[in-house]
Amino acid sequence: MAVILTEAEAKALLQKVLSFSKADECEVNLLGEIRGNLRYARNEVSTSGAMTNKDISVQSSFGKKVGVASIDEFDDASLEKVVRRSEELARLAPENPEHVGVMEPQQYIKSNGYFESTASITPDKRAEAVAKSLELSSKQGLAAAGFLEDRKGFTAMMNSKGLFAYYKNTNVNFSLTVRTDDGTGSGYVAKGYNDFNKLDTAAATKIAVQKSLASKGAKALEPGKYTVILEPTAAAVLLESIFFGMDARSADEGRSFFSKPGGKTKLGEKIVDERVTFYSDPTHPDLPAAAWSGDGQPQAKTLWIDKGVVKNLSYSRFWAQKKGVKPVPNPNNMIMEGGTATLDEMIKSTKRGILVTKLWYIRPVDPQTLLLTGLTRDGTFYIEDGKIKYPIKNFRFNESPIIMLNNLETLGIPERVVSTESDQNYILPPMKIREFTFSSLSDAV
Amino acid sequence: MQLSGMGFGAMMLPNIPIVGNSVSPEALLEGGIDVALKKRLADAALNAAKSKGATYTDVRIGRYLRQFVITREDKVQNIVNTESYGVGVRVIANGCWGFAAVVDAKTEEDTARAAEEAVAIAKANARLMKQPVQLAPQKGYGEVSWKAPIERNSFEVPIKEKVDLLLGVNDAALKNGANYVNSVLFMVNEQKYFASSDGSYIDQDIHRIWPIFSVTTIDPKTGKFETRQALSAPVGMGYEYLQTNPKDKVTGITTRYNKGYDMLEDVISAAKQTKEKLAAKSVEAGKYDLVLDPSHLWLTIHESVGHPLELDRVLGYEANFAGTSFATLDKWQSKNFNYGSKEVNLFADKTQVGSLGAVGWDDEGVKTKQWDLVKEGTLVNYQAIRDQVHIIGEKESQGCCYADSWGSVQFQRMANVSLAAGKTPLSVSEMIKDVKKGIYIIGDGSFSIDQQRYNFQFGGQLYYEIKDGQIAGMLKDVAYQSNTQEFWNSCVKVCDERDYRLGGSFFDGKGQPQQVSAVSHGSSTARFNGVNVINTARKI
Repeated sequence: MAVILTEAEAKALLQKVLSFSKADECEVNLLGEIRGNLRYARNEVSTSGAMTNKDISVQSSFGKKVGVASIDEFDDASLEKVVRRSEELARLAPENPEHVGVMEPQQYIKSNGYFESTASITPDKRAEAVAKSLELSSKQGLAAAGFLEDRKGFTAMMNSKGLFAYYKNTNVNFSLTVRTDDGTGSGYVAKGYNDFNKLDTAAATKIAVQKSLASKGAKALEPGKYTVILEPTAAAVLLESIFFGMDARSADEGRSFFSKPGGKTKLGEKIVDERVTFYSDPTHPDLPAAAWSGDGQPQAKTLWIDKGVVKNLSYSRFWAQKKGVKPVPNPNNMIMEGGTATLDEMIKSTKRGILVTKLWYIRPVDPQTLLLTGLTRDGTFYIEDGKIKYPIKNFRFNESPIIMLNNLETLGIPERVVSTESDQNYILPPMKIREFTFSSLSDAV
Repeated sequence: MQLSGMGFGAMMLPNIPIVGNSVSPEALLEGGIDVALKKRLADAALNAAKSKGATYTDVRIGRYLRQFVITREDKVQNIVNTESYGVGVRVIANGCWGFAAVVDAKTEEDTARAAEEAVAIAKANARLMKQPVQLAPQKGYGEVSWKAPIERNSFEVPIKEKVDLLLGVNDAALKNGANYVNSVLFMVNEQKYFASSDGSYIDQDIHRIWPIFSVTTIDPKTGKFETRQALSAPVGMGYEYLQTNPKDKVTGITTRYNKGYDMLEDVISAAKQTKEKLAAKSVEAGKYDLVLDPSHLWLTIHESVGHPLELDRVLGYEANFAGTSFATLDKWQSKNFNYGSKEVNLFADKTQVGSLGAVGWDDEGVKTKQWDLVKEGTLVNYQAIRDQVHIIGEKESQGCCYADSWGSVQFQRMANVSLAAGKTPLSVSEMIKDVKKGIYIIGDGSFSIDQQRYNFQFGGQLYYEIKDGQIAGMLKDVAYQSNTQEFWNSCVKVCDERDYRLGGSFFDGKGQPQQVSAVSHGSSTARFNGVNVINTARKI
């Protein structure tokens, strides 16, 4: 059997699995994927490979007793075995008072993230795309290290109440670091798409080459508070701590940034500048995502922060029931609205500031204020009187994205970016922030 | 790099990416595939690769079992058993590496197919090679095996015993004033079979365990909250790690643990300490002498010594993600690069019993060993594998190659990197007695370091102010910043071997696609003079 099943094939397989169930309720999740990659460094290929993977996972429940088992063999005997195993495990498990039964059938909106261009990539096509990149960096005597990875796959689910969901998608991520031979300059680029035809490795490489050459001979500035322009790649890794932290239960329990004293939360409260709006939307044409969550909940366009106000926190089905509200699933993507300024215009309007193109090793320092630490990397530049004056040495920062979004000056035009921390793709604008806190200098290039 | 475990819907406990397929508990006790069958499957791949033109081939047949028991307060949130089985084949063809992996490969056709695909990838990519891969010679060991010396297989311990332990721990936390508690038992068994065209057929059985918790206490008046994580270490042991034994306890301002972990005792301390933390004095920023407990220092060693001395990073192979290194070849060649003070002796090893890195052979069939990295402060060596070790003039690999799954390609991963205990008898209390203005840090916390491993910032779990040789009470909002060379040169004393303990991580992240690796770091308590401490409190 093929690893990537069509909707009809997936449905037939899931129906067969459910036909073996003797539990009160049963839910089955199915996955198939093929991944391929090409990795290179020092201007030549290093380790590269391909992997096929598949899995079927069965959750059976008797009342509040739940068991999960899975298997990667899809013959009839194996399918029956995995259902029996999940039922045995459910009988052994202690009752989970937080277990909520399976969902009724749902309607899902359509989203398309599957592109034949990506699905049909071969080792030769990968090598060709990378060759275009290597040609440009080698010509300039620069050292290139990069990674091209593609994936095609599908997920599907069905439960004993007749709910069925299916989503097929493709993805390609390309990232590249170009360093000068003397090790004094370094530039980076990362691009993510669902459609391989949109990836132009040569155009991307030019960005990394330009940053690498421009960052040579960096000068040291004193650490302190500066106006910064964050390119979207740099902004992504800071904003993620907000995206990942919007859980209602933690907020209600008093152990999140979104908590308030006395068991209250910041839901409905203005927490950042009124120009800040972010939402999830599975149908976004530039960032399509599955229109359902792993437990079958429909995903629709959801505002999380609207004009600076917390509009939604995510509620699991259990927590929503307990609080008497509608469940809100964790988002499958995230889009931040922007402004109309180009990056050049943002630089031109800056009297004195720093252009940050990438941030690195971001870790939480204080969950209560969302204080983060990390460093600039692969191209940081000093701006004076509307112009990039010279490259500067990297800084460590200690800053909260909440404080940062309250010190907002300008938002630029949003674009799709790849997080260098989580590999998630987002749509985010570049942003100008005043009084961003740099706490020490780093010698790293 | 230690992974942060962030993600949509991340758990309250840090660092637990869950990978693999879930299975029932009895499936974890099935013996897996018979060795004779594994040899046949491997031979099919070795032969197929050779007939397609490979000049070197290795085959890894892996069965990876994991069990998580996840609880909060009085509830078991989840019991997850995962099993992941497949075959990965790595070849050199036309001088270039190629790799392919197939899930559920149980026939000779499956493994031969993976081998053929690996050769096809190598040939497609050979045009992007400048120099053919140069592999250090390695003798074949024939049919051999290695088993972790565990006393009690975690997968044989009934679920009920594990659930009772964690719910007991949670109950103790709540009874001692905590508002919330999450606790997890995380157990791993890697059953790995390696075969290569050098003539090795190596069967290995590796066990790891990590009991962890996180306790949260909230001040209802201010809405402020504090957490304290477990002072356990992830170890290469069986369930015997959870047997408590007085000789494994290090008593002092708070109890720490060596080869056996008393989870119940630790959580009671944790619950009390979160309350103390809420009332603790906010640190005044400035220079302090730091006294760092092994439960904290392991992560600083990991980031500022383990990573910069990985040869692939030094050479630029990790430039696009994890980064390069300040510890360049010229510094090593000079034979006088001062990595640290004379007190500083750092060594790599893949053999220490109970450590996460311990195996008989690495994932390219090299017998494991111990070697020096920094001797009396001077940089003397790196960590390197078969295709790079010739660059540092060695004739054979140091045996630190690892892949986190059958589906991932093996590459250079950090060995256990540890700070040798001081040779002069010195206890922790004797060390503290000499400190005028200092901070004693226990447990690991926030961590971040630049891509060449110069500038770093670390937090911890517990901070105690030292004034004129005495512990003067608890501090909060502490993080220290330093530069690797400056920091290790400020090391003035290391306690003796009585205090030597291991810390570590299951989730050292490196490579693209990213892989995790489990690694231990040993040390005794050590003192660093005049380190810059910042205050991390902010008002919003």
